[in-house]
Amino acid sequence: MIPPKFDYHAPKTISEAVALLGSLGSDAKLLAGGHSLLPMMKLRFAQPGHLVDLNGIPELRGICLDGNTVVIGAMTVENDLIASETLRERVPLLCDAARLIADPQVRNRGTIGGDIAHGDPGNDHPALSLVCDAEFVLQGPNGRRTVAADGFFLGTYMTQLAEDEVMVAIRVPSFAAGTGWAYEKLKRKTGDWATAGCAVVLRQSAGRVTHVRIGLTNLSQTALRAVDAENALLDQPFNEAAVQRAVDAAVAITDPAEDLRGDIEYKRAMAGVMVKRALHTAWARSA
Amino acid sequence: MAKKLISVTVNGKSEERAVEPRTLLVHFLREDLHLTGAHIGCETSHCGACTVDIDGKSVKSCTHLAVQCDGSQVLTVEGLADKGVLHAVQEGFYKEHGLQCGFCTPGMLVRAYRFLQENRNPSEDEIRVGMSGNLCRCTGYQNIVKAVQYAANKLNAATAA
Repeated sequence: MIPPKFDYHAPKTISEAVALLGSLGSDAKLLAGGHSLLPMMKLRFAQPGHLVDLNGIPELRGICLDGNTVVIGAMTVENDLIASETLRERVPLLCDAARLIADPQVRNRGTIGGDIAHGDPGNDHPALSLVCDAEFVLQGPNGRRTVAADGFFLGTYMTQLAEDEVMVAIRVPSFAAGTGWAYEKLKRKTGDWATAGCAVVLRQSAGRVTHVRIGLTNLSQTALRAVDAENALLDQPFNEAAVQRAVDAAVAITDPAEDLRGDIEYKRAMAGVMVKRALHTAWARSA
Repeated sequence: MAKKLISVTVNGKSEERAVEPRTLLVHFLREDLHLTGAHIGCETSHCGACTVDIDGKSVKSCTHLAVQCDGSQVLTVEGLADKGVLHAVQEGFYKEHGLQCGFCTPGMLVRAYRFLQENRNPSEDEIRVGMSGNLCRCTGYQNIVKAVQYAANKLNAATAA
């Protein structure tokens, strides 16, 4: 399978990339790791006339600190998330979760920004961004703006990223001391998307939940933040009854599509299992 | 849709070619350079039969544009042996029967080569994770794991000597 014909552009700076998007218009697509876009082009689900390759822009890569916030360049690949000492120390959830994404070769190409901007509900970083209270830095013709992950995902392949914007960075607040975290992802094999996935970040004080975020992967048209499930736990003692209320509330907002990974009933049941496991793991890690 | 001129070093040899932007690296290697080691398997980045090394990283060449390799160093299975002497990973696959039909083998070998540079003393679990981007439909992986262990031992013995 060979992609349809396109013109190739390799800007060296973010400004050049933005300018290209402006001049080429809606016939242009940004190329990040290419592990979603190129297969879609081979299958003719996407036929852009122009590809603007972001791989030659050094300022889009790397992980650094801005005060207490970890700033991850949008073109940082999954294997670099796994290897990052800064991330391991401050947001270990993202290191652990990246190990569950794709396989070693694909993790050398697949980028965190591409995973987010693509808007595929099967991608893992959207739910992870939701539970980390991440923000996305987007650059367009009128400069930069920062948008919260919560509200960024509008529908399948639809996000708040405009056609003339480039995602520059993902800003993630460092976990406070004692924060627990987990990402539970049921998949059929290495490299598969989640049959059901759940990300949790929580904090506790004296046996009560003082902060909790629950995010769901591949269980609706977008990644979901399970707010009712969070409220079922917040300010409550962490016990089986509270966990079950959260599980029920999370499953209630799922709307999975039937596919080869399972039918709707199965996926919703597995969503409940993933939520439960993730909550217990995150709780056990919290202090 | 103009062709782009790229300069790429493949198995130590400089190549300069004009390529269509849509040419995938695996097609460039096989059809332009006649290096048919990297195989076209699933074409969707799942199977790993097309695995090559680009600038010291394992990559699936079916999901990478040739034009993106401008200025890069590419290693394919054809570049593993040294003057007719098999590389340790090749010897390992031969000695431990790490292949049956052989279709996945070039990708397995190039991935194993890179994996053993990333981790010189891997456990069996680490080998299985490290090789998890390559599918084999014949051998059931046991002998592939043994082949990688063989290669690790041989490489470490050579370093110690």
